[in-house]
Amino acid sequence: MSMSPSDTSNKKKPKKDTVANATVDGTIAGKEQMTLMKNKRLDLSYVQMKWETVFRRILIVMSVIMLIVVAGILATLIVQSWPSIKSLGIGYLWGKVWDPVNNVYGAFPFLIGTLLTSFTALIISVPFSYAISIYLGEYNTKGWLSNLLKNTIELIAAVPSIIYGFWALFVLVPIVRSFEMKIGVAPYGVGVCSASLVLAVMIIPYAASLGTSLIRMVPSPLKEGAYALGATRFEVIRSVILPYTRSGLFAGILLSLGRALGETMAVTVLIGNTSAIANSFKEVFFGPGNTMASVIANEFAEADHPVYLSALIELGLVLFFVTVIINLIGKRIITRYTHH
Amino acid sequence: MEYSVVSATNFNAWFGDNHVVKDVTIKIEKNQVIAVMGPSGCGKTTFLRCINRMHELIPGATAKGSLKLYDDDVYTMNPIYVRYKIGMVFQRPNPFPNLSIYDNVVAGYKLNGLRMHKADMDHIVEKSLTSAALWKEVKDSLHKKGTFLSGGQQQRLCIARAIAMEPEVILFDEPTSALDPISTSSVEQLFHELKVNYTLIIVTHNMQQAARVSDKTAFFYVGELVEFDETKTMFTAPKDIRTQNYITGRFS
Repeated sequence: MSMSPSDTSNKKKPKKDTVANATVDGTIAGKEQMTLMKNKRLDLSYVQMKWETVFRRILIVMSVIMLIVVAGILATLIVQSWPSIKSLGIGYLWGKVWDPVNNVYGAFPFLIGTLLTSFTALIISVPFSYAISIYLGEYNTKGWLSNLLKNTIELIAAVPSIIYGFWALFVLVPIVRSFEMKIGVAPYGVGVCSASLVLAVMIIPYAASLGTSLIRMVPSPLKEGAYALGATRFEVIRSVILPYTRSGLFAGILLSLGRALGETMAVTVLIGNTSAIANSFKEVFFGPGNTMASVIANEFAEADHPVYLSALIELGLVLFFVTVIINLIGKRIITRYTHH
Repeated sequence: MEYSVVSATNFNAWFGDNHVVKDVTIKIEKNQVIAVMGPSGCGKTTFLRCINRMHELIPGATAKGSLKLYDDDVYTMNPIYVRYKIGMVFQRPNPFPNLSIYDNVVAGYKLNGLRMHKADMDHIVEKSLTSAALWKEVKDSLHKKGTFLSGGQQQRLCIARAIAMEPEVILFDEPTSALDPISTSSVEQLFHELKVNYTLIIVTHNMQQAARVSDKTAFFYVGELVEFDETKTMFTAPKDIRTQNYITGRFS
């Protein structure tokens, strides 16, 4: 069906030429051709009208399929984690001990691990994404250097996360370890700190490339209005460009946060995989930990007990809700910023 | 002859290799309204943007020659200072959408981080809006966003914003081409009042407007300043054949 409009339009063109020739040659042949043409046009408009409806239906079906897929995922998560929800109750969320051998499951260490790594990564990445957005969006918008930078930054998002994991294990972890020795904490190397640093690198392109496009779209009359009043470039950025793009830049940050919350492979390699909660913040930050995604990745294959498996799936459910809640809060903040 | 506020001598401007303003020499006197007209692409807007050094903000744009504000060469001054002294109003009204009417008027001070007393600021806002014939219409909604105003009001807000900086000269780049006829006449009316305190240079496509509002008219053609004279003389007895062709509508 999708081929039909292009087919008919291809057929139409040569027909037109023959009509033109026929009218030059003789009137009768020309007339016949004309009526033929008229019928063809009628057919065509019918096909065109039909196609309008079909096309719209295709769009609706495609969109609704996505809705069904998400609903399906949610339903599966709930059904599969039901045994765990039933036997562990709501206490699962703040249970501090995760001990599959004794059938004790508490998600709290992982919840903290996920939020701590993601928000640390976000705090590290935001200055970089803003700086890159402003530089590529306002200072260096054309030329080879600009293109090279923009493409490289977009490439960062395309590198498979396991590669980040390995690179960090060989390069970043030794550096973190020697730093840990200097400040006098146990020199694990792997842990929340390393995982956050790598996450930060991984999520920069999301906010940076969206920010670059947004800053390039700031209407130049607006910028010129400020320049004409004697504003410097920095003042134009601070008082015109950033307020104008504020909600969009925030949306970019939210996008990268979503990515950080769910990132699995690189974090699994670097986080150190321990389910115990350390006593001081220093130990939590520099010591090994676990995130929800990394626990699922690490333990899914060895979950031999039904409740164990179900508890892992429930972790997935919690992660799902954490992401949804953070996104909803973000949307609220964006609408508040744009409608006042 | 009166003292000239802006004077250009053999002034040239380029966009890359494209020579858009060619050897312009002009003397503009104080408290006059100067209309700059000519067909599209004749370099009139570029010349205007050279006066407050907005031209150089476009990548690849260059300028050469002497351009003076009183006795100081504009091109050796700090561009920020030049733009304090020479205000500008654009083709499309461009109030800052994130600022209130009040803040838009004092935007020039706020952008530059100048701090002042609330009373002084109130005074500047009232004075500038009154000069821009907008005070009566907006005095009860000063803290609404500037973008809520109509197009004509927004343009007068932009004029108030320029006046607030107490400039010597105000440049207008086709200031009424995006406005309806009623707003246009209110802005034109304003020109007559503003020239008491300021020197106005207005780029316009509209010959009737040039005739209505200006004391002197400059006619640009393909980058050259063809003729610069009293508006009356220009429209009744143009010296150059190109000026004559333009004002009789033989080309546009």
